[in-house]
Amino acid sequence: MKIFSTDHKTIAKQYLSLGLFWAIVGGLLTHLMRWQLAYPDTEVPGWGFIAPDFYNMVVTMHGTIMVFFVAMPILLAAFGNFLIPLMIGAQDMAFPRLNRLSFWVFALASAVLLASFFVPGGAASAGWTGYPPLSAKAEYTGVNWGLNLWLLALALEFVSFLMGGINFLTTTINLRAPGMTFFRLPLIVWMQITAAVLFMLSVGPLIAGAVMLLMDRVVGTTFYLPEGGGQPLLWQHLFWFFGHPEVYVILLPGLGIVLEIMPVFSRKPIFGYRPIIYSTIAAGMLSFIVWAHHQFLSGMDPRLAMPFSITTIVISVPFALIVFAMIATLWRASISFPTPMLFAIGTLSIFIIGGLTGIFNGSAPVDIYIHDTYFVVAHFHYTLFSATFFAGFAGLYYWFPKMFGHMMNEILGKIHFWLTFIFFNAVFIPMHFVGLGGMMRRIANPMQYDFLQPLQPINVFITVAAIFLLLSQIPFVINFLWSLFRGRVAERNPRQANTLEWTALSPPLHDNFERVPVVYRSPYEYSSPESPEDWLPQDQPPAVAQS
Amino acid sequence: MSRSESLTMTGIPTGKVGMWWFLASEIPVFGGLIASYVVVRLGSGGWSDASSHLNFSLALANTFVLLTSSLTMVLAFAAVEDRKPKRLQLNLLLTLLLGLTFLMIKGFEYAGEIGHGFTPGAGIFWSFYYGMTGLHALHVLGGIVVNLILLVAALRGTLKPNEHRVELAGLYWHFVDIVWIFLFPLLYLA
Repeated sequence: MKIFSTDHKTIAKQYLSLGLFWAIVGGLLTHLMRWQLAYPDTEVPGWGFIAPDFYNMVVTMHGTIMVFFVAMPILLAAFGNFLIPLMIGAQDMAFPRLNRLSFWVFALASAVLLASFFVPGGAASAGWTGYPPLSAKAEYTGVNWGLNLWLLALALEFVSFLMGGINFLTTTINLRAPGMTFFRLPLIVWMQITAAVLFMLSVGPLIAGAVMLLMDRVVGTTFYLPEGGGQPLLWQHLFWFFGHPEVYVILLPGLGIVLEIMPVFSRKPIFGYRPIIYSTIAAGMLSFIVWAHHQFLSGMDPRLAMPFSITTIVISVPFALIVFAMIATLWRASISFPTPMLFAIGTLSIFIIGGLTGIFNGSAPVDIYIHDTYFVVAHFHYTLFSATFFAGFAGLYYWFPKMFGHMMNEILGKIHFWLTFIFFNAVFIPMHFVGLGGMMRRIANPMQYDFLQPLQPINVFITVAAIFLLLSQIPFVINFLWSLFRGRVAERNPRQANTLEWTALSPPLHDNFERVPVVYRSPYEYSSPESPEDWLPQDQPPAVAQS
Repeated sequence: MSRSESLTMTGIPTGKVGMWWFLASEIPVFGGLIASYVVVRLGSGGWSDASSHLNFSLALANTFVLLTSSLTMVLAFAAVEDRKPKRLQLNLLLTLLLGLTFLMIKGFEYAGEIGHGFTPGAGIFWSFYYGMTGLHALHVLGGIVVNLILLVAALRGTLKPNEHRVELAGLYWHFVDIVWIFLFPLLYLA
């Protein structure tokens, strides 16, 4: 395997490895955070004493890492790169060398972010949202180079994913195999290209905004500084105009993974293939007009609260439709529960809770009370943890044989699932309650506030559960590394699935297919009366009619 | 590469699809910047006064320089279609020189403004002025580099199999030109 490869499968594995590395870093940061919240100002085991400004840095970097350096490289870049060419029957991406460049720019972004921990003053500590004026002047947080490098790392990451998005879209538009019409594409391909469009059209204003912030810090402009006529609120609009579509950029590929897995282990066609596509597109368009629901208390014109509440509640309709389509796919199916299916159903159940609490956050009158509390933290972990980790693990367990040619261990996989599922809920259900009790986000020491002291036992419980949640990932690490070398050798199609990637070898050849596949049917024809088997691969020609 | 160039399900060359998506992603960058400028400007006063210190005539001349460079870029593309390598080289060279002229005039403007104390930190108008024109100038510079690569390849005779790149570079160059058409009235005339 070449390091500077142009093969989309190798690049996918590179993104996956780097994303998993960052997941370990971002995950271990939660250990520092949670220990400090449960036992403020005591020595963290394995680390030491945490000062408040260091805590701010940990919070900032946890958010930055998990969103930009874990969720995006794994869900979009790794799965998108691996699956899109294989699922549409192409030999590689449309621009293989651009693909290689995308990865190495992302690797550079990773190096810059990693370096930012070690510069004088430490890494960025203005929150993962980087709100000015806090982020606009070095003296406000005491961090100068850390925040400049943070901006540089994000800029490089955006460039990398813009090039990736261009590649995903061009590949899907032009490199489909004969017979692979748009309405025969597997749903995850639809989700990936919708996510790519959302990213490409929403990130521009934030790139402009980041240039402005960097200029404020380095050149002395006053875009966000009120004393120079600037507007701190401008950043919030630019950030969330990107930030809200961004959560769907992460969520859609996650839902796509679930939508691929469910029909296979239900042995039933997906319920509502086209309505799911239309819902995805509708949600994508709506995602551009919901952003200010993050800013109900920012000081923006309060008359904006009503329209943004309405659009936010409207956007739950297409997602509810997708959720119901998933449930209807499971309805009266002959379901089996291997590890990928467990994680897929786990994603669905957890995402529903996250979606429901989203309606509370999105309604301005309710949000006034819960804004910037742990209720919001609980909400977005129910949505983003489900998309990133539950769906990510589901996809990894499901496509591992295709990626690496070996099966993963089922027993370890199921232990991993149940521990993760139980401890995830043990961490984040109580967070709703401390949030409703008034505990603010991003505070380093809840014990400083009289009204939060009665909640402290819950904080201790959350911390213990969080440590167990971290430990629950050990079976996965063992399983992943062991199966890579010692797992049972996988055949071509161990899942008896219909989509094209399963017609290639496991792992596929450099050019993917032995011959160019020809597509005759839609991707989810399970238990079809046309076939004596309960599955019909997309490249199987229709039976000759007997007349 | 020839593999992916030859395979196209829609009949549109793959490079062109990629280029259009690239431009689609560039529009929101300038769109966000311009929208920020408009919104912040509408919310506060004193902008026209600051704007009156800009050198209108130099910017007008610069607008013509950039528009002319779009013309020579189109002529370069036409030369590809007509299989006229000499005309291609000449027009690429002219586009390149006009782009450099634009940057030199812009730099001269900057020098004059900074000389009068209108630095990027001199107020919110100047923040936007340097931010918007600076980002645009970087795009012009990027286009010049692309055109230089094409010109060198054309002079060496290695451009032949990749002549469609002149059209793609042209799409980008016209985009940069159009951005200026928005920036010029917003900054200098309003």
